[in-house]
Amino acid sequence: MNKENIKNWLKVNLFSNWYNSIISLFVLLIILSIIPSLIDWAIIKATFVGKTKSDCKAGGACWVFISVWFEKLIYGFYPDKQLWRVNLAFIILILTITSAFFVKPKIKPYILFFLIFIFPIIGFVLIHGGFGLENVETRVWGGLSLTFMLTFFGIIFAFPLGVLLALGKRSELPVIKYFCIAFVEFWRGIPLITVLFAAAIMFPLLLPANTNVDKLLRVAIGIGIFESAYVAEVIRGGLQSLPKGQYEAAKSLGMSYWKMNFLVILPQAIKTVIPGLTNTFIALFKDTPLIILVGLLELLGMVNLAKSNSYWLGMAVEGYIFVGLIFWFFSYLLSRYTQSLEKKFSTEKH
Amino acid sequence: MFLSSGFKTSLKKNLQLSNLIPQLLLIFIFIFIIYFFANNAQINMKARNMTSGFDFLGTNSGFDIQFSLVDYDGSSSYGRAYLVGLLNTLLVAFFGIFFATILGFIIGVSRLSTNWIINKLSLVYVELFRNLPLILQIFFWYFTVLRSLPSTEKSLIIFNFLIINLQGFYIPKFIFTNSHYIFYGIVFSLLTIILIKYYANKIFYEHAKVVPVFRISLFLIVLFPLVFSLIGGVTINIEYPKLIKNFGIFNYLGGIKLIPEFLALVFSLSLYTSAFIAENVRAGILAINKGQKEAAKSLGLNNSQSLNLIIIPQALRVIIPPTTNQYLNLTKNSSLAAAIGYPDLTGAFAGTALSQTGKAIEIIFIVMMTYLTISLLISLVLNWYNKKIALVER
Repeated sequence: MNKENIKNWLKVNLFSNWYNSIISLFVLLIILSIIPSLIDWAIIKATFVGKTKSDCKAGGACWVFISVWFEKLIYGFYPDKQLWRVNLAFIILILTITSAFFVKPKIKPYILFFLIFIFPIIGFVLIHGGFGLENVETRVWGGLSLTFMLTFFGIIFAFPLGVLLALGKRSELPVIKYFCIAFVEFWRGIPLITVLFAAAIMFPLLLPANTNVDKLLRVAIGIGIFESAYVAEVIRGGLQSLPKGQYEAAKSLGMSYWKMNFLVILPQAIKTVIPGLTNTFIALFKDTPLIILVGLLELLGMVNLAKSNSYWLGMAVEGYIFVGLIFWFFSYLLSRYTQSLEKKFSTEKH
Repeated sequence: MFLSSGFKTSLKKNLQLSNLIPQLLLIFIFIFIIYFFANNAQINMKARNMTSGFDFLGTNSGFDIQFSLVDYDGSSSYGRAYLVGLLNTLLVAFFGIFFATILGFIIGVSRLSTNWIINKLSLVYVELFRNLPLILQIFFWYFTVLRSLPSTEKSLIIFNFLIINLQGFYIPKFIFTNSHYIFYGIVFSLLTIILIKYYANKIFYEHAKVVPVFRISLFLIVLFPLVFSLIGGVTINIEYPKLIKNFGIFNYLGGIKLIPEFLALVFSLSLYTSAFIAENVRAGILAINKGQKEAAKSLGLNNSQSLNLIIIPQALRVIIPPTTNQYLNLTKNSSLAAAIGYPDLTGAFAGTALSQTGKAIEIIFIVMMTYLTISLLISLVLNWYNKKIALVER
């Protein structure tokens, strides 16, 4: 860009008239007064290496807090010697998902099948124990890995249930139709916290006295059912957008109700609502920290615990910034991915 | 009996065996699950010597709530605690919605600004606030920002109107005498405005003249309450918060005290929701075809007429439904109050009252039903509105 271009750009974009000029200058002034001191605090005056709080210099961020607590923030109280099991489970998950981008479309359904039906079993055995592996109770699970586990469980639980509810809402059978409508409206009408309270406090009262369902499992299923109602609404939108001809064509080929839906209707409907589904799953991911209210500590919960440790008081800002960066990174990445999908699908239509 | 043929065929279809079985099965499973849970609950409660029922609502709660719109103390009943919680929820939701709407519209319009820096700054705002978990934002406000405020002695005092310190925000309290006259004034001005609106429409269609209804209404809504309060002898007393030293501890008394829990909730709820509303506003404005503005111009409408009669009504049609959904989300999200101890429906009732009485089933049932009622009421209004604007579309 040469000088003339820059001048032109400034004139059009920042100083097109007198009030735009005033606003631009005012905002620039504010930004210039905030950003340097922020960089100063977060990077220049900050301490990155150390073992205790006393290693930190005054006036800067104390990232030592994060590095000392790092293992706890990621794995919770999971025993040190068994950490490889959590790592292995997540490596398998990441490898499977990345491989889905490179294989032929024909193989993709098998990958999906593996993710939904086989991987949860492998992951559960690896992380919880069994088959010769030492048992690790769920109450020591925590940190970022718990956030991801809950999100993953929520997705694979909510998705099939949501599909069934969406189909049920459009059913010709009145009992099924109105049951599904009531079910979806109920779960969409209440806040997640009440669901968590119900799962953690109320649900044990509703089970036979000698049964003991794990608290984390109760909470995870509660989140799964809660999200399934939102998934159902998104998929219903996809079903509505399909032309009637698709149903008629499938019926004229002599397909049964289930065959028609699973081979013709749902593949098309779900494809159109992938952006909406991703948004629902981003919301699920951002909702997982709420489990702190029933005493389960994922990433945010671990930070809250760490910042109230008497040796590390006053580290709330650093902790929350760390949590914020992680949540922001994944939410933003997924939402950008959604937008690119939306663009891709909208060009395909024309 | 005259049954329509459509009903007859649907009845026939339902009585077919292949259709009957899944429906009966669903009913059976549903009843079985309810029975299973109810039965277990009964056995469990008997084993723990607990009684079921809602009688506890009438008994003394024995705990105090630090922030309440109605009179409340430890001798009040649990039913009263429920009312306090509900009002606190509605209070947070009201202020959250108020600020989120204003912020959302400003940011949404800024997203379309031709000024590069405003445009990018509002983009950063939206992407920042909507991609961070709400509970993290609440914690951030509550545990870091509001905790770093000055102590009571060193309070920030802004124009003797707003006092800011660690204990919260203090504002003066306006005490009205004969305040019902102001209410009469508002009702009277509203009635007059409806009448004027009616005749303005008539004049518009019959004589093609535009009456500036909005400006007249704005004038009337100020004028009538003023006149009425002069007639009724309304006086205003302003009670300022005063710094008082008690047992060596400084404290502000009097005025209205906004506790940090309330502030953290209102801040984070309105910032979080405003990011979503901004996107709705932006989409709504972008949805209007350029031709609409040109058509308005070619009809000879001036700029404000084309904005008021052509652009805004159409943009609002796109903006309002998703924004109402955001209001609903905000109201439900206000239940996060429990995380920082703000005594709302979830915090005071599902939190404190539940742990005191142990009536998990009853209390969670009441709380869920309350939120459900609020949600259904808002979606009823939304559906009514959607139908109304759908009718306008010819």
